[in-house]
Amino acid sequence: MMEINPKNARLLSMLGQRGSIFGVALPEIAGERDELMVLTADLALLSGLGKFQTQHPDKLLNLGIAEQNMLGVASGLAKEGGCVFVTTYATFLTMRAYEQIRDNLGYMKFNVKLVGASAGTAMGMSGNTHYAIEDLTLMRVIPNMTVLSPADAGEALKMAYAVCDLDGPVYIRLTGGLNCPVVHKKEYEFKIGRAELLTEGGDLALIAAGTMVAEGLKAAELLKERGLEVTVVNMATIKPLDADTLNRVFAAHKAVVTVEEHSRLGGLGGAVAEYKSALKSSPPMLMLGLPDAFTRADEQPFLLEQAGLTAPRLADSVEKFFNEVK
Amino acid sequence: MTAETIQSLRQMAARMRLAALDLALGAGRNGAHLGPAMSCMEIMAALYGRVLRLDKNNPSWNDRDRFLASKAHCVLAHYAALAEVGFISREELATFEKNGTRLAGHPAMNPDLGLEYSGGSLGLAIGVAIGMAVDAKRKGRANRVFVLSGDGELDEGSNWEGFMAAPHLKLDNLVVIVDKNKLQYDGPTEEIMALGDLAAKMRSFNWQTSEIDGHDLDQLVAALDSRPEGRPRAIIAHTVKGKGVSFMENVREWHHSTLTQAQYDQAVKEVKEAAAL
Repeated sequence: MMEINPKNARLLSMLGQRGSIFGVALPEIAGERDELMVLTADLALLSGLGKFQTQHPDKLLNLGIAEQNMLGVASGLAKEGGCVFVTTYATFLTMRAYEQIRDNLGYMKFNVKLVGASAGTAMGMSGNTHYAIEDLTLMRVIPNMTVLSPADAGEALKMAYAVCDLDGPVYIRLTGGLNCPVVHKKEYEFKIGRAELLTEGGDLALIAAGTMVAEGLKAAELLKERGLEVTVVNMATIKPLDADTLNRVFAAHKAVVTVEEHSRLGGLGGAVAEYKSALKSSPPMLMLGLPDAFTRADEQPFLLEQAGLTAPRLADSVEKFFNEVK
Repeated sequence: MTAETIQSLRQMAARMRLAALDLALGAGRNGAHLGPAMSCMEIMAALYGRVLRLDKNNPSWNDRDRFLASKAHCVLAHYAALAEVGFISREELATFEKNGTRLAGHPAMNPDLGLEYSGGSLGLAIGVAIGMAVDAKRKGRANRVFVLSGDGELDEGSNWEGFMAAPHLKLDNLVVIVDKNKLQYDGPTEEIMALGDLAAKMRSFNWQTSEIDGHDLDQLVAALDSRPEGRPRAIIAHTVKGKGVSFMENVREWHHSTLTQAQYDQAVKEVKEAAAL
């Protein structure tokens, strides 16, 4: 596996989360694991599978623009012992084939790894049909699913290796595009089900996933200048939630904010709120994310700004909330 | 195939009909899918009594043929067939639709019982079967993958995605049998959502297609034994929903219904008489 260092982190960042999985990790893994297969719905080239196709043509199946059938075929291959990666845009992957995912992956536990590309608003001007703002909710409510969202391209790379050692269905939610921000500049251990504390501050905890981890780190810097100490948590595993880390974070902070490039309903914030609701006491919590709305198609940075998900606006929301509840 | 073989498969189908009636009576007010089970008794008898290569002592035998009941509401016929060939004991069969059972109203995947797949939602099995057939090809196994679909079920578009993919992938180890009993839940298939000339449709999708009498065991075994090269096989089996019990035949309401003792007695009498049991 490629080591995470400043140079490689930059390289992977240029490729984006998707390019890191399909262009770097999977060609290597396929050389080591006979049971690996990759299925795509007419997005081999866009997914950066060119190298994979050249090196492992027998392990790539392009099933055309038919996501339901693709999920069925993946399930059949997995039933026979395959470790099957399936990819297309997150919106089509999780919604067009939802029942196949529920019955085949959830109910029958077939060993299929869903890789949903360009989740959130990464598709910008393509508009709402191409945004995935509900996918975390949909995937995490299916029993037996593991749900992951990498903070940067290097973490996406690590996830590709990690999920191969997990016998069961996984959804990997990819956010951002090419040239995505770097969160990890040096080698670290990624473990499914373990949250990562990127900074430690005594006032407030900011729990983030995907693109919002880098944005949260920037917001934490801004807040530090204003005298607010923020712990930034990279919640790369949304299911199963890391309850131990959450317990420690709740105990050590006066307030908690969740932030995700996903609908405010039912995603990361929803998962944390569900867990929190069963605790005797825990700090007040604010859930930030995309609005519960179909917005006008715009470029992603503009949409994030509108939704208050850029570092300066995040910092403002967090500070305001902290002052209200401290 | 000898006349004795055919006669033995006929007897097997009759015993399966009787078992299905027992299970439906035992299910009481839960009711059961009698009509769609009765239409495929001969199909199941041909498959389990003759065609499928299985080993009940090694249910997960890697070279076994795979069978997926896409029309999972054929469950009475499916369980009865698995009981005939020893995958399900007679004692366990009697637990059908009782609390704690492994034999629910739609089959739940259980390799030990010979159940390859958790069915119930229509149109989902074909894709899984294609994946299993691709795997057999990739690994050089000689086993075949069989799917039993209903004609009403073919309203689901996911079937047609699979029907397009299987010939493209040259899956000559895949067989789809359509139990064409011409009735779906709300009425005749041609009134609810016309299938039209299904054989022509399958041929145009490049399936090697034949139409047979789905209650004729000679025709069934011959069709199931035939192996085309380079493309999948579709067998359109013309059947009668509720076949074998006069008051159920072609009657919509028997898709899923409860059975009274008097109806049970009448049905058993008819099945026994027809098979000279």
